[in-house]
Amino acid sequence: MRSQIEGSQAVARAVALCRPEVICAYPISPQTHIVEALSDLVRTGELAPCEYLNVESEFAALSAAMGASATGARTYTATASQGLLYMAEALYNASGLGLPIVMTVANRAIGAPINIWNDHSDSMSQRDSGWIQLYAESNQEAVDLHLQAFRLAEELSLPVMVCMDGFVLTHAVEPVTLPSQEQVDRFLPRFEPRQVLDPADPVTIGAMVGPEAFTEVKYLMHATQMQALDLVPEIANEFTQAFGRSSGGLVQAYRSSDADTIVVALGSVLGTIEDVVDELREQGVKIGALGLKCFRPYPADEVRAALGHAGKVVVLEKAFAVGIGGIVSQNVRLSLGGLPTRVYDVVAGLGGRAITKRSLHGLLADVLEDRLEPGRLTFVDLDSDLVARELERTRASRHSGPRAENVIRDIATVGSRPY
Amino acid sequence: MLFEVRIHGRGGQGVVTAAELLSVAAFHEGRCAQAFPTFGSERTGAPVVAFCRIGDREIRAREPIAEPDALIVQDPTLLHQVDLFAGLKPDGYLLINSVRTLRELGLEGLAARFRPERMLTVPATDIARETLGRPLPNAALLGSFAAATGVVSLAAVAAAIRGRFPPDVAEGNVAAAERAHDHVRRPVAELSRA
Repeated sequence: MRSQIEGSQAVARAVALCRPEVICAYPISPQTHIVEALSDLVRTGELAPCEYLNVESEFAALSAAMGASATGARTYTATASQGLLYMAEALYNASGLGLPIVMTVANRAIGAPINIWNDHSDSMSQRDSGWIQLYAESNQEAVDLHLQAFRLAEELSLPVMVCMDGFVLTHAVEPVTLPSQEQVDRFLPRFEPRQVLDPADPVTIGAMVGPEAFTEVKYLMHATQMQALDLVPEIANEFTQAFGRSSGGLVQAYRSSDADTIVVALGSVLGTIEDVVDELREQGVKIGALGLKCFRPYPADEVRAALGHAGKVVVLEKAFAVGIGGIVSQNVRLSLGGLPTRVYDVVAGLGGRAITKRSLHGLLADVLEDRLEPGRLTFVDLDSDLVARELERTRASRHSGPRAENVIRDIATVGSRPY
Repeated sequence: MLFEVRIHGRGGQGVVTAAELLSVAAFHEGRCAQAFPTFGSERTGAPVVAFCRIGDREIRAREPIAEPDALIVQDPTLLHQVDLFAGLKPDGYLLINSVRTLRELGLEGLAARFRPERMLTVPATDIARETLGRPLPNAALLGSFAAATGVVSLAAVAAAIRGRFPPDVAEGNVAAAERAHDHVRRPVAELSRA
């Protein structure tokens, strides 16, 4: 049924349609609406049988999820930002043990400075934790990816993160088609665990492995995750056949087959980018976009096939690695090895700063007219004067004080601009 | 057609709900709509902005609305705190929740830059107090928005309200929307004839 619904509510209902048997969660903005809605569905009995565990931290949430998953229960959790970091140790255990937990990450910036708003620094910080990572462009895609995520997780016996932009998607109200229970039941079979803790047939899960076999177990973990490169598109195709719309996959090209310039991005900013691509196409600019729908495993061949013909590739990312620069752009460069493509490393939308069409037009004009240096890290809409004033304070006094406080005192506001 | 609305208020006044209800009303009428908030910080009384886009085609852009076609101000005390009118289009609509006139609010000069019949104040809090028993101005403002712009119908606003709240709360809000709709409809009709 198509309805006008908040992203978090839509995702909660989609998760409920997947019949999770255990949900363990600890609330953190902007993920809270999702787990609140799920706890309500469990309380009213609409989602049954299901045990909802309100635990004392994110570390506990994922630890409890691992225990539940190991007993053969379909298990779900959700988090964001610092909550994901607090899970970090358990994240590696969940993937290393091969427990097919599905988790929503409502993407939010990581402090300090503390910031509740959206960017990708949380999920990007855990890109190498062994979890599969899928990124949703819209709330419809977020719904659809959760259905696909349980299929994927359980077929490979690996955990999956479904990343959706905090506030931008989780708190957006837009039309979403929710499938029926019958449709979901046909698409998502009962969970048949590859390993299960069963008192009637005891096993241990989590053996210590020494130098004699650690490499092999890790190799198998990598090989298993790489199988997702085949399975993600297969499941996406099946999804299209079952539900009549396309969602997910590894990459999604937009007007890029004849493009000289292609913008690569993940998540909800793709919608704004697609509008800008249309506006530039009307002016005769041969430009397109490529959405990375699956970032781990990294679809290197598909990215090369989609970008190889372009002269310029602009990688626009909502996170960066301090001390070196772009994260996604490093991966994209790897895909383009040996090609003369110029790759631009662009950071935008940090800590909730809006990525506007105006900013994108400005950025792309600089790229098209060769005013931007490929390979050099560019920050969209950086307030250079504000930066310069703080650097000056730092130079002027050894005791210049806390940086975040200095900067917000300078601009005299926190999050109360007119738009 | 793409019509963009920006709603200003404070945490606890139903700003986010107003944008959501407006998008649901437009959805009921077969339009594509998108509503989303930006929070200053999540606390009662902090400035909150919410946005609603209404169009005939799928809405993909996620940027905030910098140049709205209509501006709804739920809390007039924000007039001195936030640059509320930033980007309002020359033929845009302004609805301020106040018992005062624009002149009394000191906004005469501003109103002169726009179309006067589209610059309105509505005593939305007073209306809500009478019909709902609580000073929540959002439903009343949506009723007046429907009257002023015609972008959504009063019936669609009422349906959105009834879909969102339990019956007793819903009816109080629907009554507020109707009263505010009438409040705006009469002067607009008079000005249009003038």
